[in-house]
Amino acid sequence: MPIAHQKPESWVRVTPQGLYVEPGQFFIDPTRPVERAVVTHGHADHARPGNKHVLATPGTLAIMRTRYGDGIGATQALDYNAPIQVNGVRLWLAPAGHVLGSAQAVVEWQGCRVVVSGDYKRRFDPTCAPFEVVPCDVFVTEATFGLPVFHHPPDSGEIDKVLRSLTLFPERAHLIGVYALGKCQRVIALLRRSGYDQPIYIHGALAALCALYQQLGVELGDLRLASEASKDELRGQIVLSPPAASADRWSRRLPDPITAVASGWMRVRQRARQRGVELPLVISDHADWDELLQTIDGVAASEIWVTHGREEALIHAAGLMGKRARALALVGYEDDED
Amino acid sequence: MIPFSRLIDALVFMPSRNGKLRLLGQYFATTQDPDRGWALAALTGNLDLPTAKPAMIRELARTRVDADLLGWSYDYVGDFAETIALIWPPKPTNRAPPTLGEVVADITGAKRSETPAIVEAWLDACSADQRFALLKLITGGMRIGVSARMAKTALAEWAGKDVNEIEEVWHGLEPPYAELFEWLEGTGERPDPDHHAAFRPLMLANPLEAADIAALNAADYRAEWKWDGIRVQLVGKARELGTFERRIYSRSGDEVTRVFPEIVGLMNFDAVLDGEMLVLRDGEVMPFNELQQRLNRKIVTAKMLSQYPAFVRLYDILADNGEDLRRLSFDERRARLEAWYARMHPDRMDLSPMVPFTDWAELTAMREASRENGIEGLMLKRGDSTYVPGRPKGPWFKWKRGALTLDCVMMYAQRGHGKRSSFYSDYTFGCWRPAEQGGLELVPVGKAYSGFTDEELLRIDRWVRAHTTNRFGPVREVEQELVMELAFDSVHPSTRHKSGVAMRFPRVHRIRWDKPANEADHLETLEKLIVS
Repeated sequence: MPIAHQKPESWVRVTPQGLYVEPGQFFIDPTRPVERAVVTHGHADHARPGNKHVLATPGTLAIMRTRYGDGIGATQALDYNAPIQVNGVRLWLAPAGHVLGSAQAVVEWQGCRVVVSGDYKRRFDPTCAPFEVVPCDVFVTEATFGLPVFHHPPDSGEIDKVLRSLTLFPERAHLIGVYALGKCQRVIALLRRSGYDQPIYIHGALAALCALYQQLGVELGDLRLASEASKDELRGQIVLSPPAASADRWSRRLPDPITAVASGWMRVRQRARQRGVELPLVISDHADWDELLQTIDGVAASEIWVTHGREEALIHAAGLMGKRARALALVGYEDDED
Repeated sequence: MIPFSRLIDALVFMPSRNGKLRLLGQYFATTQDPDRGWALAALTGNLDLPTAKPAMIRELARTRVDADLLGWSYDYVGDFAETIALIWPPKPTNRAPPTLGEVVADITGAKRSETPAIVEAWLDACSADQRFALLKLITGGMRIGVSARMAKTALAEWAGKDVNEIEEVWHGLEPPYAELFEWLEGTGERPDPDHHAAFRPLMLANPLEAADIAALNAADYRAEWKWDGIRVQLVGKARELGTFERRIYSRSGDEVTRVFPEIVGLMNFDAVLDGEMLVLRDGEVMPFNELQQRLNRKIVTAKMLSQYPAFVRLYDILADNGEDLRRLSFDERRARLEAWYARMHPDRMDLSPMVPFTDWAELTAMREASRENGIEGLMLKRGDSTYVPGRPKGPWFKWKRGALTLDCVMMYAQRGHGKRSSFYSDYTFGCWRPAEQGGLELVPVGKAYSGFTDEELLRIDRWVRAHTTNRFGPVREVEQELVMELAFDSVHPSTRHKSGVAMRFPRVHRIRWDKPANEADHLETLEKLIVS
């Protein structure tokens, strides 16, 4: 790769609206409405309504349309690995493995390549394309699980926990708290792959995105609305809802529910206990500590910028690996919902 | 380690007491000796492995993990054993996780300098969950929401015995309790507790309802003041050469001997005594929260001993020089107690005086007049009652003096736990006081989460959701409109509360949907109720 003439931070800058690629005149995942936005994936803190012009993968645009209707502005769909020129900046999208449609934004200018990875994970997910390693000069990474205590165990063991509990408590509903986009569909797909073919009951807030996933070709099997089932029908069944609903009036319709939550945070017992979770499932759509380090090593970037999460530990570890690393101090991204 | 770690994990996430009992019972039923015995020792706080301490484990972790990363991780996780369990980067090994028996045998058999290498090999052989269980086991202090009493109750339920039968024999036993398990499984004799300074399960009183009194014959009952301290059992047992084994037990049978060294030092007798631990200064009983300063402390400092001197007010005797007195009547035991006291006259102990009375009207008047420190009300005991463990209905009553009440305004509401997790069931209440900038403001005075019916809870929950003005995580701030009458036993000064006062046992007495908030009580009313 040719040697860069300019320091990367002089043309990829942190602004109040978010990360700005100055020569290309576009923002990546802006947190406030802007003229031109490149959106890495459909989660609400990365994909917001109100921009004039949005560029994203077809999957991400479909998700944004489902969530915001026409409020997303003019759209431009860009497939994975199909480079275009934007005001002299070469831009392309590479799969990030986070949720359906999720992408890393790769920008090149004057011989310097910056990869803004958005949120990502490295393990298998039946609902989206796997992460691709793009060698670069600057790698912009999240650090949601940026502490060495976070090792996500294999998904199959976590799914087995649910199935085992169902045989142990066949009279109780099993309520799994999941984030509406990505986690929900992944948990359903993993259950299906493990051979679970009963109807799966869902909270109304999850219905639209599940329907979209199915439309886009992700097999989710027989899904039904929990609100349309009787208390008796829900005995021994799996019910999915947004995490907050388990503590809400909505959950009173369920027969003696066991509350599960599928999240990387469930690794820490105290955190699971504080939330009153009886069946913690460590299933995450973010890279765990080992995956973060593996990725930083794999992209071979000399510089690592950390967007959000537990930055200090990841920056320290990147430093130990001989990388220049710094925190971007971007505001507006959440890490509580995975 | 595998069954034990499964048990620990399941216990940590099991919210219900019955569920925990079932898990424990299942473990005792399906696990081999001596592993289940060591697990029982760990759960009851009787496993001590002096060479495996947190400092040693921390040093070990530092050989594998960067110090800064370890520090940040501990800050985040908050629990030492869990941090190490999660962060440990295992090296490949062909060893299996150790059994509990191996853990105890290897650590007790090793020199202090050999322990780190042994533990290191185990950490490599274990999964994260097993490492957590292993570290909890060897560093002591499980803190997983299981008390010694609960572990014994689970044993009793599994074996089809009364938990008091287990308490009777418990203190003579040593881990890993082979003798105990043989007895519980019907393959061995009952362990003989009489050789030891064992706990005798307590006789407890039922609350006296107003309606009960009329049915009781005043002449059958004896009255004493009900002291506001903690119930203790003092057990002294003669050993050779004029020495004594001395133990102090709490109401639940947990040993608190080390908490009260000034009392233990005086227990040169062979007897089992029932009484109330109090803090007494210049002959006067101090409020309960002074005694509380002595509880839950690992180390008893000289300052604590002089500031909060302990004292025992005796009211029953269960054994005297090896003679079991529990089959005698209360009147006979009282005579034996008085004779024993006249003979021994130990320091820092006195007799709880009898309160003579002729009829219920007289006693009722005395109960209402008693607002002094340290008295919660009256105890009524049938003169002919033998000492029966548990809470038999009829022989003993506690007759607390009427509760104090105050009209307070709800300020915050928080969701409850378990079955109540979808309901706003825990409330913070305030009283009025003059605000700095003029007018009145509410200041929080206490929390309450009981005293209402399920129907009332539904209605309050609906009200909270409709009147929320602000949210702080699980807590909602509500409009200052809903008045509830709180009942509480007493009021004490407190430096921990912004209002400067703390109520004892506050609970909701009545919901005053009808009462305007500005007619609720003022802080100064509460301050006047402080007993000093």
